[in-house]
Amino acid sequence: MTRKQRRLAMIAAGMGVLGVAVLLVLFAMKDSIVFFNSPTDVAERHIAPGARIRLGGLVSPGSVVRGDSLSIRFEVTDGNRAIPVTYQGILPDLFREGQGIVAEGALDGAGVFKADNVLAKHDETYMPKEVADALKKQGHWKDASQK
Amino acid sequence: MIAEVGHYALVLALALALIQSLVPLYGARTRDASLMAVAAPTALAQFGFVALSFAMLVSCYVASDFSVRNVFENSHSAMPLIYKFTSTWGNHEGSMLLWVLILALFGALVAAFGNNLPRSLKATVLSVQAWIAAAFYLFILVTSNPFLRFAPAPLEGRDLNPVLQDLGLAIHPPLLYIGYVGFSISFSFAIAALIEGRIDAAWARWMRPWMLVAWMCLTLGIAMGSYWAYYELGWGGWWFWDPVENASLMPWLVGTALLHSAVVMEKREALKVWTILLSILTFSLSLIGTFLVRSGVLTSVHAFASDPLRGIFILTILVLFIGGGLALFALRAPMLRQGGLFAPISREGALVFNNLFLTTACATVFVGTLYPLALEALTGDKISVGAPFFNATFGPLFAALLVAVPFGPLLAWKRGDLGAVAQRLSGAFVVAVVGLAATFVLEGRPLLAPLGIGLALFVIAGAVTDIVERTGLLRTPLSTVARRAGGLPRSAWGTAFAHLGLGITLLGIVGETQWGAERIVSLKPGEKITIRSYDLTFDRTVNRTGPNYTELAATFTVRRHGEVIGVMEPSKRAFAARGTATTESALMARGASQLYLSLGDVNPDGSAAIRLYYKPLVLLIWLGCVVMFIGGAFSLSDRRLRVGAPKPARVRTAMAPAE
Repeated sequence: MTRKQRRLAMIAAGMGVLGVAVLLVLFAMKDSIVFFNSPTDVAERHIAPGARIRLGGLVSPGSVVRGDSLSIRFEVTDGNRAIPVTYQGILPDLFREGQGIVAEGALDGAGVFKADNVLAKHDETYMPKEVADALKKQGHWKDASQK
Repeated sequence: MIAEVGHYALVLALALALIQSLVPLYGARTRDASLMAVAAPTALAQFGFVALSFAMLVSCYVASDFSVRNVFENSHSAMPLIYKFTSTWGNHEGSMLLWVLILALFGALVAAFGNNLPRSLKATVLSVQAWIAAAFYLFILVTSNPFLRFAPAPLEGRDLNPVLQDLGLAIHPPLLYIGYVGFSISFSFAIAALIEGRIDAAWARWMRPWMLVAWMCLTLGIAMGSYWAYYELGWGGWWFWDPVENASLMPWLVGTALLHSAVVMEKREALKVWTILLSILTFSLSLIGTFLVRSGVLTSVHAFASDPLRGIFILTILVLFIGGGLALFALRAPMLRQGGLFAPISREGALVFNNLFLTTACATVFVGTLYPLALEALTGDKISVGAPFFNATFGPLFAALLVAVPFGPLLAWKRGDLGAVAQRLSGAFVVAVVGLAATFVLEGRPLLAPLGIGLALFVIAGAVTDIVERTGLLRTPLSTVARRAGGLPRSAWGTAFAHLGLGITLLGIVGETQWGAERIVSLKPGEKITIRSYDLTFDRTVNRTGPNYTELAATFTVRRHGEVIGVMEPSKRAFAARGTATTESALMARGASQLYLSLGDVNPDGSAAIRLYYKPLVLLIWLGCVVMFIGGAFSLSDRRLRVGAPKPARVRTAMAPAE
């Protein structure tokens, strides 16, 4: 093989691997991407039951009801709409009424959001960015960092 | 006074960096030895002033001087001394100061020990290094000054984020930064080579030790961060494919590729242009990592605070250095002379394969990390890209690479014989197949676990085969083997250990992800829970008071087959100053496996919610990284790489044993 042919072969191999990677990325993008929605988005976009989404907002004060064997029910609101959420398991340390959270899961047929993961803020001064933006959109934002 | 001294020292360091960024470079262009000689003393003095500045900030923290805003916001007088010390970099401003401290340290090391470099190369490298330093000093002074005071001084600080009040903060950021910043040296070397328009095997040899140190520390830093997240966050996860983790993984992947391509360049003078490009890319990814973490575009424990000015400033630095570096590359790279030829099946070919897969795997991580940001900027849609995406893209690419790992070191340079290498790897194949079959028979789970175990064993056995082949173990008398083992270049041991570590880590990953068990339950005192062959009894809860927190701990007795083997005591800590809580999980090592217990809410009736995990082989994940680090250390001690060492007087014994 001449130098030129070798270089061509190398470039072809590189393109081949890159092509495979692009295919993998495209396939993975189709199945494993989760969209973030505020309660208002959920109502307005008519999210289909069963589709995995992230739901973010504040835990409505007074809505938390604890059941048997670590099950819990609460509402997530952005000040405009509220969505009931159920979850089974241990909640993060900073889960409280009135706090911003992000829940990951899917809606069931009755419009209840079944969460399999609940994320809260890392500390008291920072709000999850998505939640802050969603609240701003509804005009309910107070600058949390100045608390 | 102390804070002002620190502030002033940083300004002086900036002034020195500005001199260093122009004078030696001009000297190198005009061949003026006295101007080039300015580089070394300024680099040393610059380090001196940054170190002074850093020491002043540390002393403000240790003395709990709350008139300094940064100390007030991130410290508390009741914290133990070690946390007062480490909280120096447990915030945005202080961590940037640590960043430039390490940058200046690397510059000073090149100045002090780079005596074997040609004068003009050394001067140019130090000048480029000073450009980076000047940009970051300016960043700190303009947007992130840690020395600002405010009046009246409060009596008490607002405490450090409790998650960071851990020994991990003393180890993880410094190691990670040595890794990130260490790659600035290979960047500077690459830019200097492009400016000089000349590059050869010696260049790769000079750059190698710096690159190795950076890679070793980055490896350990990532592993430490992973272990810290594992025990501190109370979820039992050790890798979340969080953007901030990806930000550290990307430079590691490309840096590993660079490490391998530099070998080809050093031995065979091939892949020159590619090596230069990788040097630029590795540091660019380090900068992107810094940007992602520090600009506040991401939400995470690492994003201490967000200030749009900071983001724009770092973005400007990013564009200048990455854009400038790549533009210079496009302009000058075609002028570099091409090097040696090699057949596709050869050591060089194997290293090209390695590079191809590592960079492609990195590209998939890059896409997964930045796509959500790009999409939000373009359409306003917010998405999250999680583990499933990375498992489906990064996973297969990395698996293909792992299959090839044992072949590389056994192939000959220039033209290799794949058949002969496969024959020499037959032992490793057998080990892998036996492991695969045994796993399949014993566990019988979906095929992924046995395949993973087989692959891990293949990589481990391949690394062992490499050493066995080189020393002639099992074929020659032991005395000969010992002599050969002593005569092997340290870098050969380095390769074997690094690959061994990779296999060990993989073994841990497969064990933890495929066979882990999880129980999440609510227990009353006296009740028992069973996981695998372990029984845990919930004895009682205890209230305790720490220096700046109160703690509720639960005591569990662990039994195996009725015999008591220990006590586990997970707890929840409440920190009054910030009004936050942390979960302190309890760990119990059983060989390489671990029991992991963390405490949820404790109810008024005395029942407690707990998470209990059994994590098989989990410790191997981090142990493998330590073995990789040891491999790097072996390579670093190779005589041809010792910084400032004279050229070897005698001809080295051949790499492969004579047969």
